[in-house]
Amino acid sequence: MPHKKDDVYGDHISHQFNEELAELKTEFLKMGGLVEQQLNDAVQALVESDSQLADEVRGRDKAVDQMEVDIDEEATRVIARRQPTARDLRLVVSVIKMVADLERVGDEAKKIAKFAIGLAEEGKAPRGYVEVRHIGNHVAGMLHDALDAFARLDSEQALLVMKEDKRVDEEYQAATRSLLTFMMEDTRNISRCMSVMWVLRALERVGDHACNLAENVIFMVKGEDVRHTSMEEAERVVGHTRR
Amino acid sequence: MNSMNPSLSNENVQRDTAEPVPVDAREQPAESVIEYGKTVGTPFSDKPKFSLRDVEVYYGDSPAIKGISLDIAKNEVIAFIGPSGCGKSTFLRCLNRMNDSIDICRVKGQLELDGQDLYDPKRDVVELRARVGMVFQKPNPFPKSIYDNVAYGPRIHGLANRKSELDDIVENSLRKAGLWNEVKDRLDAPATGMSGGQQQRLCIARTIAVSPEVVLMDEPCSALDPIATARVEELIAELSESYTIIIVTHSMQQAARVSDRTAYFHLGHLVEVNETNKVFTTPEHELTESYITGRFG
Repeated sequence: MPHKKDDVYGDHISHQFNEELAELKTEFLKMGGLVEQQLNDAVQALVESDSQLADEVRGRDKAVDQMEVDIDEEATRVIARRQPTARDLRLVVSVIKMVADLERVGDEAKKIAKFAIGLAEEGKAPRGYVEVRHIGNHVAGMLHDALDAFARLDSEQALLVMKEDKRVDEEYQAATRSLLTFMMEDTRNISRCMSVMWVLRALERVGDHACNLAENVIFMVKGEDVRHTSMEEAERVVGHTRR
Repeated sequence: MNSMNPSLSNENVQRDTAEPVPVDAREQPAESVIEYGKTVGTPFSDKPKFSLRDVEVYYGDSPAIKGISLDIAKNEVIAFIGPSGCGKSTFLRCLNRMNDSIDICRVKGQLELDGQDLYDPKRDVVELRARVGMVFQKPNPFPKSIYDNVAYGPRIHGLANRKSELDDIVENSLRKAGLWNEVKDRLDAPATGMSGGQQQRLCIARTIAVSPEVVLMDEPCSALDPIATARVEELIAELSESYTIIIVTHSMQQAARVSDRTAYFHLGHLVEVNETNKVFTTPEHELTESYITGRFG
């Protein structure tokens, strides 16, 4: 496949090496696209009580798992054969870590699909669904933006994703509180509300994974690890320009 | 039209099907991207063994080293890397005045070993080279026995008074070079009959037999197979406890494996010096990055 001239991974002397890194990026983004779809479908299946769609999500999780294995294998092969260094090394290492996050997002989507089926069987009772849809959209957007930041090596966008995570946490807290109120109002709501609570928890985790992806993108681009640091530190890293 | 000539037609096919690769990415970047005398990273040390400032080397009128300042710390392993002709070997050879033997070569700047001027006209160069030993790209054993190869230096420097002392030096040096067990039963055999890897380790034994403080290595493994290379690298790690080691290597993986710091040379400039871990994960200078990731060179 042709490389653009500004593709920072595409200008090695070894043409084959370019191909391998491009392949790794492409496969990763493909996996990202599939996981995004899984998440969106799972949330849609839940709020629309669409058991069939939920079943499809559960069925497709195998494909996500397989992609994780394949990409890890490809990344290991690149390390073994090319001994990548510097930005190439950071790309490969980040991809290895990020596929694990994507796979976990896939698992969360599968989990949501499972609850969607259970809740659909019990009939419609849209307690908490507004919150699910809202947080679902929010974290899906973060996931999308994180993958976008990866594709474009855009550390500023990655930083924005990291900042969103705090808002998701707040929304999650608020949603939990309102579900608690429903449960207190009528104890017959407890079982269903608990299911919705698990779904919200899954979505909140998706936000964390999107945040991890964003941190890895910043590491790839800037070469500094911003995990477990303050937001000010991450801002400094992203703002600080290399020669 | 090239179909009659298979090699030409092959080339043609490749050119047609392969995607266009920017030609500029394959050539060495021009000198204009480097600031004269400016090195990024950590070129200086608190307790330098060598302190080198504004070093310039000329072959006739053409400059080979253009204003390099660098400290080399005691007991560190520092690797010099860079594309062919970048000056890394020339710079290395300044450190024990091997360039003296080249008539048209002139060295300028301030070069100190333990605070003493290296190029002081009164300095005894033979004594200097005993303190700063050198191992070359191709193993160059003397056409003598294994024993005599190692004993040669201690003899001319008068380091042993008795035969038993000399025996001890030879045994110790061969042990340090990881060669003793392989040669202890044939010390009288000619050194030229050993394998390439053994010969190179013999040369290292010969170098350390005179108890140097510094060992310069100019691509010591480029003529060796991977196993022999691994042995020499293992040896470098052991020797680094007692010696300062400066190694020039074309193998970036080797630099990554053996060195504490890595210095990247480019067209006679010292572009970057940093901890080896940093150089190979997050190099500071764009040129270093391009070179170590295989974008030119």
